[in-house]
Amino acid sequence: MEVTTHDIDIQSLRKRFPVLNQKVNGKPLIYFDNAASSQTVDTVVKSLIEFYEKDHANIHRGIHTLAERSTKKFEETRESVRYFINSSEADEVIFTKGTTESINLVAHSWGSVNLKEKDEIILSQIEHHSNIVPWQLIAQKTGAKIKVIPINDRGELIIEEYEKLLSPKTRLVAFNYISNSLGTINPAKEIVTLANEVEAVTLIDAAQAAPHTKIDVQDLNCDFLAFSGHKMYGPTGVGILYGRREILEAIPPYQGGGEMIKDVSFGGTSYNDIPYKFEAGTPNIGEVIAFKSAVDFINELGHPVIESHENELLRYATNKLSALEGFIPIGTAKNKASVISFLIEGIHAYDLGQFLDAKGIAARTGHHCTQPLMEYLGIDGTVRVSFSVYNTKEEIDIFINALKNIISKLR
Amino acid sequence: MNQIKDRQEAIIEEFSMLDSNMEMALNYIIELGEELPVFPEEERVDENIVKGCQSKVWLTASFTDGHILYKADSNTAITRGLVSLLVRVLNQSSPQDVINAEIYFPKHIEMDRFIGTQRSNGFASMTKQMKMYAVAFLAKQGA
Ligand SMILES: Cc1ncc(COP(=O)(O)O)c(C=O)c1O
Repeated sequence: MEVTTHDIDIQSLRKRFPVLNQKVNGKPLIYFDNAASSQTVDTVVKSLIEFYEKDHANIHRGIHTLAERSTKKFEETRESVRYFINSSEADEVIFTKGTTESINLVAHSWGSVNLKEKDEIILSQIEHHSNIVPWQLIAQKTGAKIKVIPINDRGELIIEEYEKLLSPKTRLVAFNYISNSLGTINPAKEIVTLANEVEAVTLIDAAQAAPHTKIDVQDLNCDFLAFSGHKMYGPTGVGILYGRREILEAIPPYQGGGEMIKDVSFGGTSYNDIPYKFEAGTPNIGEVIAFKSAVDFINELGHPVIESHENELLRYATNKLSALEGFIPIGTAKNKASVISFLIEGIHAYDLGQFLDAKGIAARTGHHCTQPLMEYLGIDGTVRVSFSVYNTKEEIDIFINALKNIISKLR
Repeated sequence: MNQIKDRQEAIIEEFSMLDSNMEMALNYIIELGEELPVFPEEERVDENIVKGCQSKVWLTASFTDGHILYKADSNTAITRGLVSLLVRVLNQSSPQDVINAEIYFPKHIEMDRFIGTQRSNGFASMTKQMKMYAVAFLAKQGA
């Protein structure tokens, strides 16, 4: 289905994000740092307020009315996430506090009982630190080794090189669906299929993908998939870990405490069933409940509409930027999400970022938590703009003019 | 000592005329950076890099007739401007005066609003390094 930008009424959509309507340093805010965190949609905020004003109670623990109500709503979010990623059952959906915690959970719980010396973990050159460091920690403990899928000049994974890394020693392949630094959309299904051939477990970091593209864990056929609520118009402090039932049942808990047990005695403790086995303690109840409104928001708009709008902005901005003298794009994958990392010849990224901020434009400067990638590219950082469903071409025009002005000043 | 204070007062006065306008302040800062004397190419080496700064900052100091002469540079325009402010405040002072100096102008001009907290930390590293040079010169003088 071909969808056009006209399918969204941007102005009324923007009203649902009150934060956008403000001045920063005397200029109307232009928020282009969506890959770091997107703004929160009004229904999420409303739901949060409603929880704290009407429903606040701990879940799964009481029989009183408020506890029943909050438990029911909490579990409703789990069901809507199940639907969102098309997993076959809601028990395969675990709430964490973010992508980072989801990956740490897998590295710890799965890694501690499945990795041994000389086993290999395959990551890619374009991973976020949160999909590198947890693996380094478990590799140090178990003696497993980390191998890295290289990239080509456009910032795409080289699949032939990946195939060469795969072997019977490969125990796990973990990679991002969409790169937060370069915007590269990786061929996730192909990467999983190849990993399955050597019976390696797969984890997809879908932090950037969840707000942008339809995720179907059954179609992807991955074992684990992680993402964060705050990058998809939802609240902070909510993350998702999808895990395949057989694996989740076979691995030990991540943390111990309330909720995750069946029976506790000093002689020994038996654990609760999934997903509760992995949800020790009181979770971010209000935020998880409110997160459902973010999922609903995306479902109502529909990924095709979101994708087509964001791709249109990407095309528009890329064309305008390319016309600027000295523009150096960092990452030019053929299949790319609405993330543009760049440098301007002769001007330091920090100076650009600071002047953009002075003009009310929120862009990100630095290594974007991908230092191994920056080191590989031989740069210490980039300026990154990332567009969301509520951004407009007018904002891009203002941004381009601001950039021209800054360039003329700093050259 | 008064000289260090006077120079800081002058900076505070100059920035007060910018009316808290962030862009004007940044423009002013980079202009100041452009006036910084050319940093000798042969001194642009790793040993002279100030640790703890996000962007690269080179700093050297020499000591003649009881006064310290600082030279500094950075690979970013804004940082070069900020560094030039510190050089301006502390240059041509005695080691004792530098050691005793209280650097208060960044707070008064609300510098972290212009450059963010991370860079403000870098600024503190820079100040510390300048004082270290003073300590070393004082020790040498005493010896
Ligand atoms: C690709 C990717 N993975 C992981 C993360 C970490 O997500 P969080 O900080 O929400 O745990 C991010 C966020 O920047 C990301 O962009």
